[in-house]
Amino acid sequence: MNCLKLLWWPAPSQSQEAVIAVETNRPAAVDPLSHRLRPAEDPLTDFFWRSGADGWLRFQTCGACGYRTHPAGPVCARCLSTDVAPQPVSGLGTVVTFTVNVQQWDAGQEPYVIAMVGIDEQADLRLTTNIVECDPWSVAIGDRVSVAFLERHGYFYPLFRPASDR
Amino acid sequence: MTGRRRFEHDSIISGIGQSAVGRRLGRSPVDLTVEAALAAIGDAGLTRDDIDGISTYPGGDAASSRGYGGPPPPELQEALRLRPNWFQGAAELPGQLAALIAAMTAISAGLARHVLVYRTVTESTAQGAGGRAAVFDPDGRASDIGTWLTPFGAPSAANWLAMLATRHFHEFGTTREQLGQIALTARRNAGRNPLAIYREPLSMDDYLAARMISTPLCLYDCDVPVDGSTAFVVSAADHASSAAAPPVYIDAVGIAMRDRFSWDQQEELAAMAATSVSDQLWSRTSLTPADVDTAQLYDGFSILALVWLEALGFCKFGEGGAFVEGGARIALDGELPLNTAGGQLSAGRLHGFGLVHEAVLQLRGQATGRQIADPKVAAVGNGGGPIAGAMLLTSEPTESS
Repeated sequence: MNCLKLLWWPAPSQSQEAVIAVETNRPAAVDPLSHRLRPAEDPLTDFFWRSGADGWLRFQTCGACGYRTHPAGPVCARCLSTDVAPQPVSGLGTVVTFTVNVQQWDAGQEPYVIAMVGIDEQADLRLTTNIVECDPWSVAIGDRVSVAFLERHGYFYPLFRPASDR
Repeated sequence: MTGRRRFEHDSIISGIGQSAVGRRLGRSPVDLTVEAALAAIGDAGLTRDDIDGISTYPGGDAASSRGYGGPPPPELQEALRLRPNWFQGAAELPGQLAALIAAMTAISAGLARHVLVYRTVTESTAQGAGGRAAVFDPDGRASDIGTWLTPFGAPSAANWLAMLATRHFHEFGTTREQLGQIALTARRNAGRNPLAIYREPLSMDDYLAARMISTPLCLYDCDVPVDGSTAFVVSAADHASSAAAPPVYIDAVGIAMRDRFSWDQQEELAAMAATSVSDQLWSRTSLTPADVDTAQLYDGFSILALVWLEALGFCKFGEGGAFVEGGARIALDGELPLNTAGGQLSAGRLHGFGLVHEAVLQLRGQATGRQIADPKVAAVGNGGGPIAGAMLLTSEPTESS
C-alpha cells in the first residue's frame, strides 16, 4: 500500500495555496555545474526527485501527526504511522551553512555554492543543495532562499536561489 | 560503570607493525598488508601459528573502492595461510577503531586469543597523477553515504566538512588562523618523523596563501592520500606477562551512535557523532580529560581534529578555536600534544590506524625523535561526520572501578 501511495501525490489544495504565499510559476534554475550525478534509485524517494515537474517541492508527510520525514522512509519517523504521502511545502528556506567549492573535480568547472537549507515548514527539515543565480561569493548563513528546479537526466533537482521576498 | 567489569580490560595491544608508507608505491594491497602483519606478529614475539583471529576495516575490495578498502580477511588468510577461529571485515561499525574493538569483543568472549587487526589503503596509487578527481565519475549515480550530497556537486568529504567548518566559524567565531594551527602543528611534528610524507616547514603565511579546496578549507586542511598498511596484534590480557614488547592497555572505548546517521541531518550542525562516542567513553572510565597525556585525533581534515578536541572534553563545545590558538597547547611540549607523528595531514592518510600506531609508540616510549615525557594515557578519536569511535590507551593496567 505504501508504495502505491507514493506513486501518487496531491497538488496543493486551495487552502494550501492560500497560505503558501510564493510565486507559483517558478522559472527553471540555471545549472552552475557542467556534470551532475543522477540520484540513487529508490522507490521510496523517487517522488522527491520528480516532484518539481509541476513546480512544487514535496516531502513525505504523515497523515497522523503531520511530521515530514526526510529522507522519506517506510513509516513516519516520529510516530511510526504508515499513513504517509508526499505533500507540498512553500519552497522557502534559510541557508544554515554552505561552502564555495573551488576544487575542479571536473576540469574547467567554475566555483559554485553547496549549501544546507533549512526548510521553513519544520525545524529539522533540511536539504543539501546548490544556491544558484547569484555571485557564489555573496552567499551567507541566514540568507533567505526559494526553491528553483533544475530538470536534468529526467529528474527535477531542487536548487535554491535568493528569495525575492526578502 | 564503577564496580563493573569492563570488556576492555580483557585485551592488550601486544604488537604493532607498519608497511612502507608513501605516494604511489604501486604495490598490491595484500602485499603491503602482509608486510605490516608480519612486522606486528614479530613485534609481539608471536608466530603466524599463534594468530587465531583476523579483523579489518572496512573489508570489501580494494579495486572497487579505489584504494580505500584494503584486502578482505579471506585474502590475508590465504596469503599467510592463517587458520582463524574468528574473523570480520566490515564498515558498518563505529569507525575505523571498530576493527580493534571487534577484536577485543571476540577476545573477551573467548573466541580468539591473538587477533591480527589491520587497515590498508592504496588511495595514492588508485588516484594516480589525476588526484582525487580521477576517481569520481561525474556521470554516475549517487549512492551510499553520498546519496543526498553528491547530486549537488559535493563529491568529496572536503565539501561536507567545509560546511561543518563554515557553521563552526559562524557560531563561535573560529578563524582560519586558529584552524591552521592544527595543520602547522602536524607539520612541525612530521619534521621529527622520518617516515612522514611532508616534512618541510609550513608557515602560517604558507597556510593562509594556499589554494582553496572548498571554503573555508584550503589544501593544507586536507590530508594526503598514501599507500600503506598498519597492523596490530590484539591479545588476551593474560598474555601481558609473557609479551615481547611493552603491552599497551585499553582503558575504555566509545562507540555509541545516538544522533541521526547522516552527513547533513545531524542535530548539531557544528558537531559530529564524536559527541555521543565521547560521552560514552567517559561514562566507562574513572579517568578524565585532565589525565590524558597525548591526543591522537582524526585529521582527515583539520576541522575534524578541532571538533574531536571539543567532543572529548579537552575544551568546551565551540571553544576548539581558542584552545588551539597560537599552537602552544597542542605542541609536542604543550599540555596536550596532538598528532605527534604528523597526523594524516603531514604523515599520510593511513585512515585512523596511523594515529593508533603513534599512540602505542608514545606509550611504549618508542617515538624516537618526538617522544613526549613519560605518557601514561593516550586518547584516540577516529572518524568524521556520522562515523566515530574513540578509545583510551594506557601504559599500565587500569582498574575497573
